[in-house]
Amino acid sequence: MLDVTKLLEEIKASPYQEMEITAPQTGEVTFGGLAVGDKVVGPSGEFREKPGTTVATLTRERNPRPIRATQKGTVMEIFSDLEGTFVETGTPLVRIRHYLSKDEVQSAILRKALHLFRAPERAKYYFTPEVDTKIRAGGLESVHVREGMEILIMSRMKREAPLHYAGPDGVIYAVYFSPSQNVDAGAPLIGVCPPDQVALIQDVVVRVQTEWSEQD
Amino acid sequence: MDTEKRLNELNERLRYVRDIFGARENENITLLATKLGDFQARERTLSEPERIRALAALEDLFAFLEKKLEAELTPMDKVRIVRHPQRICLKDILENVYDNYTEIGGRDEHSIDPAMLIARAYITRRKGKKVYNQPVMVIGQEKGHGQEFRNGGSVKPWGNAKALHYMKVAEIENIPIHTYVFTPGSYPVEDWPGAAQQIARNLYEMAALKVPVVSVFSEGGSGGAEAIGLADTRLMLSHGYYSVISPEGAAAIESGIRQGQRAPAELIETCARRLCITADDNLKNGYVDRIIQEPALGARVDDYGFFKQLRQEIIRATDEVVLSVKGIKLFRAMALRRRQRRGAPIDAEAIYVRWDLNTAARERLLSRRYAKFMRLSRHAFLDKRPAVKKACSACHDLGWSLYSFFRYDLWRKHHRRIAHAMAEMGAEVDVVKERVSRPWRRIFEKLGGGAAVPEANVERLTQLSAWEADGDAAEGDTAWRYVSPRAAEDRAVTCPNSEESGCLDLWAPDLFGDFAGVCSYCGHHFPMEYQWYLFNVFDERSVFEFNAEVESGNPLDYSGFDAKLEKAKQKLGRKSACMTFEAKVKGVKVVVAMLMAPFRGGSVGAAEGEKFIRAADRARKKHFPFLAYVHGTAGIRIQEGVNGVIQMPRCTMAVRRYIEAGGLYLVVYDTNSYAGPVASFLGCSPYQFAVRSANIGFAGPGVIKETTGLDIPPDYHRAYSALSRGHIQGIWDRRDIRNNLYQSLLTMGGRNLYYR
Repeated sequence: MLDVTKLLEEIKASPYQEMEITAPQTGEVTFGGLAVGDKVVGPSGEFREKPGTTVATLTRERNPRPIRATQKGTVMEIFSDLEGTFVETGTPLVRIRHYLSKDEVQSAILRKALHLFRAPERAKYYFTPEVDTKIRAGGLESVHVREGMEILIMSRMKREAPLHYAGPDGVIYAVYFSPSQNVDAGAPLIGVCPPDQVALIQDVVVRVQTEWSEQD
Repeated sequence: MDTEKRLNELNERLRYVRDIFGARENENITLLATKLGDFQARERTLSEPERIRALAALEDLFAFLEKKLEAELTPMDKVRIVRHPQRICLKDILENVYDNYTEIGGRDEHSIDPAMLIARAYITRRKGKKVYNQPVMVIGQEKGHGQEFRNGGSVKPWGNAKALHYMKVAEIENIPIHTYVFTPGSYPVEDWPGAAQQIARNLYEMAALKVPVVSVFSEGGSGGAEAIGLADTRLMLSHGYYSVISPEGAAAIESGIRQGQRAPAELIETCARRLCITADDNLKNGYVDRIIQEPALGARVDDYGFFKQLRQEIIRATDEVVLSVKGIKLFRAMALRRRQRRGAPIDAEAIYVRWDLNTAARERLLSRRYAKFMRLSRHAFLDKRPAVKKACSACHDLGWSLYSFFRYDLWRKHHRRIAHAMAEMGAEVDVVKERVSRPWRRIFEKLGGGAAVPEANVERLTQLSAWEADGDAAEGDTAWRYVSPRAAEDRAVTCPNSEESGCLDLWAPDLFGDFAGVCSYCGHHFPMEYQWYLFNVFDERSVFEFNAEVESGNPLDYSGFDAKLEKAKQKLGRKSACMTFEAKVKGVKVVVAMLMAPFRGGSVGAAEGEKFIRAADRARKKHFPFLAYVHGTAGIRIQEGVNGVIQMPRCTMAVRRYIEAGGLYLVVYDTNSYAGPVASFLGCSPYQFAVRSANIGFAGPGVIKETTGLDIPPDYHRAYSALSRGHIQGIWDRRDIRNNLYQSLLTMGGRNLYYR
C-alpha cells in the first residue's frame, strides 16, 4: 500500500533534482563568468523559444557552441579544472540543483501511484457509452476497470474501433484526454489506481498543493 | 440650462486642445484655461445677461485662440488630432455627407471585422423638378470614437477581403466607390487570407477596377491605407496624415530600442516632422490631388459646415473623374475647370453628371489611372545620366515598343493563324496518306522489309539510364560557379537544428562551398549571398544589367540618411537595392528584378520601385517571363516616407499590366521578405515560391507583439508556415532552384511568352 506521508517526507527531505550538464560534443571548454551559487534558467517563453542561461562554451574548429542550462536551478559545482582544456563528449561540466515545483512533485507521486493506460496510436479517444454514462452519474471513481474491459473508442476520421483495457484492476483516477483532441501514440489516456487508494492519493495531492513551497 | 451646455462645450474644447498639444506648455492654452476658470469661479455672482455676455466673449476668445493655435500645430499634433476620439469618423460622414445609406457586411461588433465599414449610400441631386439618386459604394475604416472593438481602425485581413468583395460588387453594378482611409495600419496577422496577401490582392484588383474610385485620407497608415487607397482622385483632409510608418514606429527604429520600451517623445516629434506626413507635404509631393480644409484644430463630430464642404468636394471629385473619361462632357468639364481656376466657391451640385460608365469610358479610366500613378515619385530618385544618354534610352524603348508591336502583335497574329491552318492541313493529309499507303505497307512488311530501329535508340530504350554531367556547372553539386566567401574560413559551423535533429557540425568550406549552404543532415538552409544566385541560377555570362544608373536618393532630406545611403552604395558597389537584368535559364530568356538584402535591408524606395516598373515594362515589350527574385526585403524604406509607400500601388499596377498582356510573373523569396513589397507587387503574383531559408510575412514578431499583444510561435514566418497558410505555392531546395525555375517556366505562364 502506498505510504503517502512517507513518500512526501522522502521528497521533502530532498526536494530537488540534481543534474549534470555534460559536453554534447568534444571541444575546448570555457565557463565564462559562471560562479557557484549562480541562478540559471532553462528555456522559457510560451514556445520555449528563449534559450536557457549559457553555462559553458565549447569551441571546436573555431566554432564556439554555447552549452545552456536545461532547467531552472542553482549552480552547485563547476568543473573549473577543465577550463581551457579539450574535453570528450559526455564529460560533466556543471552540476545544477533544480528545486522541484508543485507540478513536478505531484506528477512524481502520481507516476508512482497510478497505472497509466496509454494511447496505442494517434487518434481521438472517447469513453464507450456505458462508461460515459457511469462517469456522468457517479464520477470517475464509479468505474471499475479490469483487464480486457471495453472502455474506450478510438476514432480516426469516422473509422472507430473499441479499445480494451490492459493493466491492473482498479478505478479511474484521472483522465488525460479530451474528446475532441487528437492524442499522440504513447500519451497517457487514463490513470488507474486501486479503489482503496483513491482517498490517499487525493489527500497527497491536496497536501502538495497546500504544503509545498516553491523556490525561486 | 443653455449656458450650462455652452460652458460644458467650452470645457470639452479646452480638454481637446490640451489632448492635441500633449505635454507641451503653451501660453494660449494657459490663457484659455485661466479665463475659463475665472468665469466658472464668478459665474454664480453674475446676473443672467452678464453671464450670457461673458460666455459669448469667452466663446469668441476660444475661436480666436484656436485659430492662433492652429498655426502652431506640429505634424505630431496632427497625428494626435486624427487619433482623438472626437475626430470625425466614417459613420459621421455617412450620416452627414450622404443622403441615405444602408450599412452592409455587418453592424457594430457583429461584423466579420468591425474596423472595416461598408455601406451602399446615395447622393440626391435635384435638377429642376427631377430628383436623381446617385448610388455609391462607401468603403472605409471605422474608428468609432474610441469603441474598442473597432481596433482603432486597424483592419484584419478578412476585413480587407470584405472591402475587396464589395469593390467587385460596385464594379458589377457600375457605381463609383468612395473610400475613406481612417487607419493607423493593418492588423498584422498572417491567418488566412493573411495581412500582406490580402492587401496585395486588394491592390491588384483596384489597379483595374473599372469604376471611378475617389478616396479621402484622414489617417493613412502605410499598407492599411493602400488596401483601399488606390484611387483615381485622392483627397486629403487638411489635418490628416499619410505616412509609411507611425512616428512612434519610426522613432523606435531610429533609437534602436528593444521591444516593450518607449521611444523618447522628442524623437517621435522629430520623426513625425522628418517623415513629411502632413497633407501639405503630400500635396507638394503629388501623392494627393487636393486638400479639404478642415476647421481650426481639425474637424470634430459637430462641425456640420465641414460635412457640407466634404460633400461638395466628394461630388466634385467624382464628377471630375467621370467627366475626364466620358464621351459627352465638353461644357460641364469646362465649367468645372473654370470654377476651379477662378477659385470660386464650389457648388458641385449645380452640374449634373451621370456616374455610370460605358465600356469605352471604363477602358479610358484604367489607362488614366495607370498614367496617373506612373507619373508619381519620379522626382524621388536620382538618374545622373546625361540628357543624350537618356534620349538614347528613350529611343531604345520606343524601338522595342515598335518592334514588339510588329513582331508579336501584327506578324505573330497572322503567322500563328497560318501556322495553325498548316498544322490542321498537315494532319488531314497524314490521315489520307496513311489510308492510301496501308495495303502497300502490309505487303512490304510481309516481304521482310520495314524500317529498322537505329541501334542507339534500341540501347537507349532498353538499358537503364545513368546520370551524366552535361557540362552544365550548376547541375552537379560540387561545381558551383560562385562560392560564398564564408567557404574560405577554416572553421566548423553548428546547424541551428542540431538540438532537435542531431546534426553534426559542418565544416564551413563544405557547407558554404559544396553543399550550397544546406545542412546535409536536416536540410536547414543557411542564408547565402545574392551573388550565389546570380552566378549559379542563370546561364553563364547571360546576365545583362540595365537601368543600373537609377540611384536611390534622399527625397525628404531625412537627416543623417545621406551618409547611410552613401555607405551602403560604397559597400555594395550598387546604386540601389534593386538590380534589374536580363538573363537566361537553360536558354530561356527572362527579365529579372532582384531585391538585395545587403543594401539597406533590401528596402524599397522610389528608385527600386522605378527600376521594378521599368523591368516589368521591358519584359512586357520583349515578351519575356518576368522573375522577381527577392534575396531579402525589410519593407518600404521609411526614410523616403510616402515616396516609398506609393511604390506599392505603382509596382502592382505595372505587374498587373504585364500579366494582363499575357506574361508570366514569378516570385521567388529567399532569406527575409516582409511588409510593403510582400503586401503589394510581390504578394500579388499567382506564382510565388520560396527557398527553404525564407521567412515571409507582413510584420516581424516584435511588431506583432507590440500592436496585437499576441505571442507568435518562432516558426510563424518560416517558408513552410507560409506554404501551409496558402501564401506561397511551393518550397524549393536551393540546389534545385535552377531546375525548378526552368520547370516553372515550361509549365506556367501567360499566353504571350515567346518561347511557348
